Amino acid sequence: MIDKVWKSAEEAVADIPDGATIAIPGFFVAGVPRTLLRALIAKGAKDITLACGCGPLIGDPEIIELLIKNKVVKKVIDSYALYRSATKGAQDPLEQSVRRGEIELEVYPMGTLAEKYRAAAAGIAAVYTPTGVGSVVQESTVTNKNPVKKETRVFDGKEYVMELALKPDYAFIHAGTGDREGNLQYRRTARNFNPVMAAAAKITIAEVENLVEPGDIVPEFIHTPGVYVQRVVVVPRVTYAVTIE
Amino acid sequence: MKKLEGLPREMIALRASKELKDGDYVNLGIGIPTLISNWIEGRDIFLQAEIGMTKTGPLAYGNDVDQDLINASCQAVVGLPGSAYFDIVESFGMIRGGYMNVICMGALQVNGRGDYAGWNNPARGLGNVGDIGGSMDLCAGANKLIILMEHTTRDGQPKIVEELSYPATAKGKVNMVVTSLGVFEVTPQGMVLKEIYPGLTVEQVQSVTEPKLTIAPDLKEIEL
Repeated sequence: MIDKVWKSAEEAVADIPDGATIAIPGFFVAGVPRTLLRALIAKGAKDITLACGCGPLIGDPEIIELLIKNKVVKKVIDSYALYRSATKGAQDPLEQSVRRGEIELEVYPMGTLAEKYRAAAAGIAAVYTPTGVGSVVQESTVTNKNPVKKETRVFDGKEYVMELALKPDYAFIHAGTGDREGNLQYRRTARNFNPVMAAAAKITIAEVENLVEPGDIVPEFIHTPGVYVQRVVVVPRVTYAVTIE
Repeated sequence: MKKLEGLPREMIALRASKELKDGDYVNLGIGIPTLISNWIEGRDIFLQAEIGMTKTGPLAYGNDVDQDLINASCQAVVGLPGSAYFDIVESFGMIRGGYMNVICMGALQVNGRGDYAGWNNPARGLGNVGDIGGSMDLCAGANKLIILMEHTTRDGQPKIVEELSYPATAKGKVNMVVTSLGVFEVTPQGMVLKEIYPGLTVEQVQSVTEPKLTIAPDLKEIEL
């Protein structure tokens, strides 16, 4: 019998090499793989690129503090990585590291990031999107380091930006329910970037709050089929405050 | 410059809410637009939250708070009969694909050609980077884009400007601007003043607005 369940988050992340790119889903507080992130920090990982979707780090300030203190991160890719408020931002170790140039921050429109992961998941090299036309996004990557030029192309008289697929080495996934074969089901709006990142990464590690047997999740209601998932770990349900203030 | 008295934020949202029709699918940006949700309870308006939900319910309090059920402004909300959850690819597909009838956004600056800036405030001092979030996708797919904002900055500087000095979110996409002082329509002839805060003169509004305003022939007081 195939059983993708690993004993612990620590074991499941143990072979991740320094320098890896890891997809981190979550939309602010919802759907963030908090336990796997903490295990990554605990193992002493370095030079990691965190490929995010919408501010999973500012959804958990304690994780930011640990990431920065332990110098885990080389680069963050996100659509909304920093606090809107200047006062809150001034106390944020991630923002301070970005300002000092110690961490690269690369920013994309959120829907463009979603398509970059989707393209990687589906074996597509790049997509043309109207998003960002008329802004600096169409010129080059938006970053505090060295920008890379982007191409645009006109279809039917309308301009589109070419955005390349983004294929992470690993994805950390958070699901409410999963089974031993890696089928996953997410709770409410905690789904967000989880399905597309699970499909995009070379190796997908899913933390699940409830482990069930194959067949227990009604097949029609499986959100991520197990084909995308290599490792499953059972984690306690962590409670958190619903705020980024 | 002395700041003119006008509508408070809640009332800017109330005025903009009157642009929404029953049956509309609507996305509300962070800031003043989010306040629109307070004015449409009981109406058949479907709020889309880009996190992955249609028919988003009102804010949740007490025992109704579910940490896995939030809107795009990271507020706990409730679901309603008919609510749907979906993933981010689907969510931005429907946004970019033009399925939203109305998009309401906040802004730092707007000009008379329908360009607006909102994602990178140079006052934050972050250089090239900032929070784009879903704003550019929402503009790309917008059928009707309404900007809700204070008419001037905290120190009284115009936010309706001749040329954007902040990085643009989108160009030529804004249809309407609702501010503390008036309601404006973006037309090929530029910015048209349609409604004005009671007691103000056209000259007073123009004095805190950079581009030359066209005055609608049927100019009236803002109706709430």
